Amino acid sequence: MSEGTTPAKPKGPNVEGSRDYDDIPGTYVFDSRRYRSGYHLNMFCMSLNRAECRDEFARDEAAYLNKFSMTEEQRQAVLDRDYIKLLQLGANVYYTFKIVSHDRQPPQVMYGKMSSPQMSFEEFQEMMIAGGRPIDGNRSIKESDNG
Amino acid sequence: MARLIAGMGTSHVPGVGAAMDNGKTDEDYWVPLFKGFEPLRAWHRENVPDVNIVVFNDHATSMALNHYSTFMLGVGDQFQPADEGWGPRKVPVVEGHPELAWHLVESLILDEFDMAVTADFDVDHGLTVPLSIAYDQPLAWPTKIIPLCVNVIQYPQPTPLRCYKLGQSIRRAIDSFDQDITVGIWGTGGLSHQLGGERAGVVNAEFDKKFLDNLVDDPLANTRLSHTDFIREAGAEGIEMIMWNVMRGAMNEKVNEVYRFYHIPVSATAYGAIILENE
Repeated sequence: MSEGTTPAKPKGPNVEGSRDYDDIPGTYVFDSRRYRSGYHLNMFCMSLNRAECRDEFARDEAAYLNKFSMTEEQRQAVLDRDYIKLLQLGANVYYTFKIVSHDRQPPQVMYGKMSSPQMSFEEFQEMMIAGGRPIDGNRSIKESDNG
Repeated sequence: MARLIAGMGTSHVPGVGAAMDNGKTDEDYWVPLFKGFEPLRAWHRENVPDVNIVVFNDHATSMALNHYSTFMLGVGDQFQPADEGWGPRKVPVVEGHPELAWHLVESLILDEFDMAVTADFDVDHGLTVPLSIAYDQPLAWPTKIIPLCVNVIQYPQPTPLRCYKLGQSIRRAIDSFDQDITVGIWGTGGLSHQLGGERAGVVNAEFDKKFLDNLVDDPLANTRLSHTDFIREAGAEGIEMIMWNVMRGAMNEKVNEVYRFYHIPVSATAYGAIILENE
């Protein structure tokens, strides 16, 4: 923490370059790098806000996904509900939320599947009731074991 | 003249709205949270302003990657509860206050805060859950609402200092509005939480407590945190806490803490609420 000092300045014009938050473990900050790789994937997720799109997706998931300019890897990760892969391929969690809602599952199912190691709904819920994933050990990859 | 009567900070976890909408608030999991709402709701029953300015964020509902704004004011007559993927919440329509909203737009832009403006914007849990927390389940919301939407999803978000300064400019606008009305301002979101990634579920009670303490007594300390400080210490989604700085910036330098409530967990978050009155 840099409390008491001036906020960190942006790193400059090289938007593809490394960022000072890149060492935070298990964290996918939604910046321009992810915006660009995940744009169509996220716009697919966003479409599920509309009931008629949810119905069309439910009828034939693969056919519906073909309407979006996504990569095959992104499409497969949606079909597999592989949430951590989706984040790695540029999705943002508020967008993947639309998929887990479509599946009528509580979000803890998704949070548990993204966790490392993976957790069931019950295990994730228990971790939160016990006070959540500890911050100690999870601030930087230099100290991390994901709790 | 318009008068700012109070500020509130509260998380806006969608599960809170779902628990209320589906009649689950007496389940063991939810009881401690709703017990903590009781004093907050009692305060709200006694302190209903004509208008609340609600600082919140949209969650891939009415804004998306194709167009989003850093700061946006809602100037419409009404805002409908949004379909976020499971059908709209069955809560009252949100009534706007176009006169004060347009005064804010003019005052803020002339004060060099270049706001985006919308008249047609369905509001998601970021706005409707705080209303449910404060006012429970009425047939109509007891106040008019001006939505003030902040981008907290796409990096870079506005800086914590910019959020505070926006609050200061909002206060100047309220003080210069020529109708004799009362106004509240709410900062929503947070507290520490991370929803995405292998680190999902991380919370930081120590950081949250410090943030709340500073919010009362040393608000500038919360403006000196960087984006990365919030993301690292309070989780990727904990950065929503910058919206509380907008609320605090609108309040007097000295405030009285009327109520504070903190509870872990609500879904994957640390829940926090605070009510502040000007000293």
